[in-house]
Amino acid sequence: MKLESRQFVASTALLLACTAGHAEVLKWGANRDIGSLDPYSYGDSFTINVLNHTYEGLVRYDKDLKIEPALAVSWEILEDQITWRFKLRPDVTFHNGNSFTAEDVVASLQRVSHETSPLKGNLPAYVSASVVDDLTLDIVLNGTYPLLLNDLTNIHIFDKQWLVENDAELPTDIGAGTEGYATYHANGTGPFIVESRQPDAKTVFTVNPDWWDTPAHNLTGFELLPVTSAATRVAALLSGEISFTNDAPVQDLPRLEAAPGVNVLEGVDLRTVMIGMSYRDTLDNGSDNPFKDLKVRQALYQAIDMDQLQKKVMRGKSRNAGAVVAPPIPGYTESLDERMAFDVDAAKALLAEAGVPEGFEFDFNCLQDGLVNEEQICQAIASMWSRIGLSPRLDVAPRAVQTPKRTNGQADVYTLGWATLPMLDAYSPLLQIFHSKEGNSGVFNWGDWSFPELDELVQSAGAELDLDKRLAMETAALQIVKDELIMLPLHQQPMAWATTEAVTDMPLFPDNKPRLWFASMQ
Amino acid sequence: MIAFLLKRLMNAAFVMLAVAFLAFMIFRFFGDPVEMMVNEQATQSDRAELRERLGLNDGLLTQYARFVGSAVQGDFGISYRNQQDVMTLVAERFPATFELVIVATVLSLIIGVPFGVLTAVYQDRKLADGLQIGSIVGVSLPSFVVGILLILVFSVSLGWLPAFGRGETVDIGWWSSGFFTDSGRAALILPSISLSLFQITLVMRLVRAEMLEVLRSDFIKFARARGLPLSVVHWRHALRNCLMPVITLTGMQIGNLIAFALVTETVFQWPGMGLLFIQAVTFVDIPVMAAYLMLVSFIFVLINTLVDITYAYVDPRLRSEVAVKGGSAHGH
Repeated sequence: MKLESRQFVASTALLLACTAGHAEVLKWGANRDIGSLDPYSYGDSFTINVLNHTYEGLVRYDKDLKIEPALAVSWEILEDQITWRFKLRPDVTFHNGNSFTAEDVVASLQRVSHETSPLKGNLPAYVSASVVDDLTLDIVLNGTYPLLLNDLTNIHIFDKQWLVENDAELPTDIGAGTEGYATYHANGTGPFIVESRQPDAKTVFTVNPDWWDTPAHNLTGFELLPVTSAATRVAALLSGEISFTNDAPVQDLPRLEAAPGVNVLEGVDLRTVMIGMSYRDTLDNGSDNPFKDLKVRQALYQAIDMDQLQKKVMRGKSRNAGAVVAPPIPGYTESLDERMAFDVDAAKALLAEAGVPEGFEFDFNCLQDGLVNEEQICQAIASMWSRIGLSPRLDVAPRAVQTPKRTNGQADVYTLGWATLPMLDAYSPLLQIFHSKEGNSGVFNWGDWSFPELDELVQSAGAELDLDKRLAMETAALQIVKDELIMLPLHQQPMAWATTEAVTDMPLFPDNKPRLWFASMQ
Repeated sequence: MIAFLLKRLMNAAFVMLAVAFLAFMIFRFFGDPVEMMVNEQATQSDRAELRERLGLNDGLLTQYARFVGSAVQGDFGISYRNQQDVMTLVAERFPATFELVIVATVLSLIIGVPFGVLTAVYQDRKLADGLQIGSIVGVSLPSFVVGILLILVFSVSLGWLPAFGRGETVDIGWWSSGFFTDSGRAALILPSISLSLFQITLVMRLVRAEMLEVLRSDFIKFARARGLPLSVVHWRHALRNCLMPVITLTGMQIGNLIAFALVTETVFQWPGMGLLFIQAVTFVDIPVMAAYLMLVSFIFVLINTLVDITYAYVDPRLRSEVAVKGGSAHGH
C-alpha cells in the first residue's frame, strides 16, 4: 500500500514538473552500458558511478571532491584506534519506503566484503561491523587506518529487509551459476529511482521526491542510453537525441565545438600515465635486464620528447607530469612535478655509461583499448627510443589479452594509467603500484621492484591517523619514486564531455565521473 | 526419408559440437575474464581464487566437456559481466535481431527483384546502367560506412529518423516487438537499409542473370509471338521462372544476415544478439560468446537442413539410395 501511494506522489510530482516546463529528463549517452543494477557485481567503476545516483554511501564527495557526510552525519575513532563509530542520518528512507538504520549498513558491509564479492578489495582494512543502536554503528578495522572514509565513499548501502526478502544477502556468485535479485532490481536512498531497465538500450531513472538532501539539480529524471560507436554518439548529440555524453571522442572535438547548440567541456583527468619497466634479473627473452640500472631508466626518460608528444599526439590537451600523481591529489607537491629535461645526447651518454651503448631489444606492452590515444603514444615513444639506439618491440592488443602478460612478468616495458580512484589519495598508487609485491600490497607492481625504504614509509603512512604527518610520509615516498625513477611519468590525460544547449549546468569532475545531482536543464 | 533425416540430424549435431570445440580453442586467445571482473584493488590471491571457482584453470577438454554436458541440458551458465542467465539474455536479444533481419530481407526482395527485372529487360537504357553502377557501390561499400552515412544524412542533417536504438517496444509474451509503435518503426528504417544494401544488390544481380537466361528461352518467344503484352511476358511468365533460386538464396542468406547484423547493430546501438556478442568479446564473457556461437551455428544448420529437406521433397532422387528414373518434366 505504502509503495503505491509513494508512486502516486512521485508521478504527481513528475506531472507538476512537466507542466511547469522548466525541468527535463536528461538523456545521457554513455560509451557503454552498466553491467548490472547491482553495484557489488563487477569491479567496474563506471557501474558504481552510475548506480551512485540510486545508492549512496555513508560519506560522499562534494563538488570539490572533498569528503562530506552522506548517510552518516558524524564519526569518531574510539580509544582502541581501530574501531570507528558512525552516527547515522535519521529519517532517511529507501525507495521502497523502508527506513534506514544501522542494520542496513552492517548487512551491506557484510555483503560487499563477502568471500565471493568481486569488490571486497575496496574495503581492505575492514574486519567486522556491529550495531550499537538504531542510528549508531561500529566498524572494526585490522589496524589503525586513515583512509576508511575514502573507501566508504564507494560502498553503497542496501536495505537489509529488502536483501533478506529477496534472498540477496550474499553477492551474486558467478561460480555458482545462479542469478541474483539485485541484478534486476535496485532499492537505494539516493536522489534518483530506477524505473526501468533494458540492457544495452535504456535505463530510466526518475527523481526521488523523498530524498533526504535538498536537490541542487532540477531534473525530473534521466535516461542512461549507451551508444558504443563513437561516430553514432557524436551524431546523436548533434541531432539532439542525447543531451549529454561523458565521452566526447578527442578527434571529434573541433567539430563539436563548431556545431551550434553543443557545448564541449574539457579538462584534465586525474589519471596519470606512466611507463613501467621490469626489474627482474632477465628480460622476457632471457637476456640480462639493463633496466635494473638507474642510468638506463634515466636514459629512457630523457629520450622522450614530451613537448612533441603533448602537441602532436595529444593535440595540446594533456598536461605533462613530473610526479606520478595529479596536483589535486593529497601528497602531491610542486617540486615533485618538475620534469627532467629532454636530451638525446645525455640519454645516449647514460646508455654508454651503463655499458649498453649499442642499445638492446625489449618488449613494449601497450593496450588497444586503454588510455586516451594509447596506441599513438606508444608508437611515438618507441620511435623516440630507437633514436638513442634502443630496439623496442611494440606489442599492442586489447586489455584482456595484455593484462595476463603484464601480471606474469612477460612485459619488459608497459604503460599504466592511475587515477588514485576511488581513494583520491597518493596512498593508493604508493600501496598498489610502488610497494613491494606482498599480500594486499603491490598488486600493480608488475615490474617486481622492491625499495624497502619506500615500503616502510608507505606502511607507516597507512597507519598514521594524523593528516599532516601522513601526507609528509607520502610525499617522502613519492620523492623516492622520483629519485629512483621507479616508473616514468608522462602526463595527465585529457577528458572531454559534451552537452546540448538544453543542459545549463554540468560540473566537470576531474575523476571523470558525472554526478547528475549537480546538473541543471533549461 | 527417416534415414535421410536421421543422417542430417547427426550431421547437424556433429557440426555444432565442432563449432563449440573450435570456440573453446580460441577463447584462450581472448584473454583472461578474471582481470576484467575484479576491481583494481583485488589481490593476486583473490584473482586466483575466482579463476579457480569459475573453473578456468581446468584443461581445455575438461572445460569443453563441462560446457557440452550442461548445454545438452539447456544450461549455458550465467554471464560473467551481466550476471544473468545466458539463455535468457540471448532470448531477450533475439527478437531485435530477428525483426531487423526480416525487414532487411523483405526490403531486399521488394527492391532487388524489380530492379533486377528492369536491368535485364531494359539492358541498353541509362536507367539500367545507373542501377548496375549503384549495385557495384552497394556491394563494395562496407556496411558500417553505409550506416554512418545514413545517420549523418537522415538523423543529423535532416533530423527525420533516430540515429540509434530501437525506439519503444511492445511486449508480446517474451517477444519484444518494435513493429507496433511509431518510434519502433522509425528506428527500424536506417539499420534495415544499411543491413539490406548488400542483399539488395545480390538479389538484383541474381534476378538479372536468371532473367537474361529465361528471356532467351523458347516459351518467352512463343508468348511474344502470341501477342501477349510485354509487361505480362516479363513480370508474370519470365519472372516466375526466375524466383526459385532467389527464394533459395534468400533463405540461405538469413543465417548470414543474422551473423553479419552485428556490424549494423554496433553502429546503430541496436540491442540485438550481435551487440551482445561484441560486448561479450570485449569483456571476455565466455558463456555468452559460447552460447551465441552455438545459436548462430544452430540457425545455419537448421536452415541448411530445411533447404535439403525441401530439395529432397522436390527431387525424389535424393530421397533414397535407389535412384528413381526420370524426374518429372519442369514447368517450361
